[in-house]
Amino acid sequence: MKRDATEIELKLLAEAIYLRYGHDFRDYSGASHKRRVMHALPEFGCATISALQSRVLHEPAVFQALLQFLTIPVSEMFRDPSYYLALRRDVVPLLQTYPSIKVWVAGCCTGEEVYSLAILLHEEGLLERSLIYGTDINPASLEKARRGIFPLAAMQRYADNYQKAGGKRQLSDYYTAAYEAALLDRFLSANVTFADHSLATDNVFSETHLVSCRNVLIYFNRKLQDRALGLFHASLCHRGFLGLGAKESMDFSACRDRFETVDRRERLYRKL
Amino acid sequence: MTTPAFDLSGRTVDAVVIGASAGGLEALLAILTQLPPGYHLPLVAVLHLPSHGDSRLAEVLGARMRLPVREAADKEKVEPGTLYVAPGGYHLLVEQDLSLSLSCDPPVHYSRPSIDVMMESAADAWGERLAGILLTGANEDGAGGLACIGERGGLTIVQDPDEAAVSTMPRAAIARRAPDHVLGLAGIHALLLELDKH
Repeated sequence: MKRDATEIELKLLAEAIYLRYGHDFRDYSGASHKRRVMHALPEFGCATISALQSRVLHEPAVFQALLQFLTIPVSEMFRDPSYYLALRRDVVPLLQTYPSIKVWVAGCCTGEEVYSLAILLHEEGLLERSLIYGTDINPASLEKARRGIFPLAAMQRYADNYQKAGGKRQLSDYYTAAYEAALLDRFLSANVTFADHSLATDNVFSETHLVSCRNVLIYFNRKLQDRALGLFHASLCHRGFLGLGAKESMDFSACRDRFETVDRRERLYRKL
Repeated sequence: MTTPAFDLSGRTVDAVVIGASAGGLEALLAILTQLPPGYHLPLVAVLHLPSHGDSRLAEVLGARMRLPVREAADKEKVEPGTLYVAPGGYHLLVEQDLSLSLSCDPPVHYSRPSIDVMMESAADAWGERLAGILLTGANEDGAGGLACIGERGGLTIVQDPDEAAVSTMPRAAIARRAPDHVLGLAGIHALLLELDKH
């Protein structure tokens, strides 16, 4: 069977990136990945993916710039508020039974979900004995996450999410506003570690009680989804919790028999 | 009733993709509710919806249709004779292996799901064995996607702008690239039946 030239170029680009930089996009969902690459082409003055591949191989700075297109950061605080309500209702009572708590936000992007969970844990009296790992493959996103500064304009929507998510105070209690930006209070990140970690190439780094990985698996093909779910299973403690994105599920995964469903609508699972 | 004659020129399609925006629910119902059980082509639809909250589109359509209707699930294989609709707040894409995938990438034409995103990926997956239908709507999403289907040799159909509840979207598509057919909703329904015979 003859393949389309673009399809071949996409495979070669992924292979080149993997061999040269170790980032593995080979098992990403093809259609979204292609869109992102095509969208990036004019930004690098390239007419074809092959031309972009040449630049990526020879200019590390081009790869770092391309990475921003391949991992488009899309995140918001308390996204899908009912998910956080379910965490408060179904997960917090069990977390309370542990002397120390480890939470892993896999694919944390620019940190919005990490800070949302930190606020939730604080309000439940658990933050001081918690350690939250926020991991991502994009160093620029991680740097933004560490700064904990978000556009003030977005805070209005986040505040609305926060109230619907069962927030016990005002979201504005947790940040200082200045120059169109919201700086999140430092105490929220005192027990947070942001680190580079790839669900495609790295292994488990810690035992955790809760893994939250939302709207990351949709960018993976089934093989890579299974790898990631396997990592979460290995990382979770006995009866640990896993939360996925609102439209992600384990229905088609080889891992589905290794978790039980806590709340199907909110995509909350528990290790068997 | 006489079936309008369509010159399908021996064309065979394996799937139908549909985009609609303002006024689109009524238009979708008009072309889809009377498709008979046993209709074998898979159908993939994007209707612009408010992006927050769960959409009940699959339920609403499912209650009126004689074919199974499902909200598209990530990495689900496309089955024949089934209508898949994009969930609100997510782009819906078709993969090369004819499974569906979702994405949270930024809106296109202020829309997520975007018709362009779905149609472009469907054109990649099905090539010339695809029919694309663009219905009523108030923005220009879909024009690029439908053109992409046409450039790949697929069949393109646009709702007659004079009949559409809102003509902006059909007009944008016609201006972008001349479609194979410009039809009223009754004509599009008849064409859907005809496509299933080939």
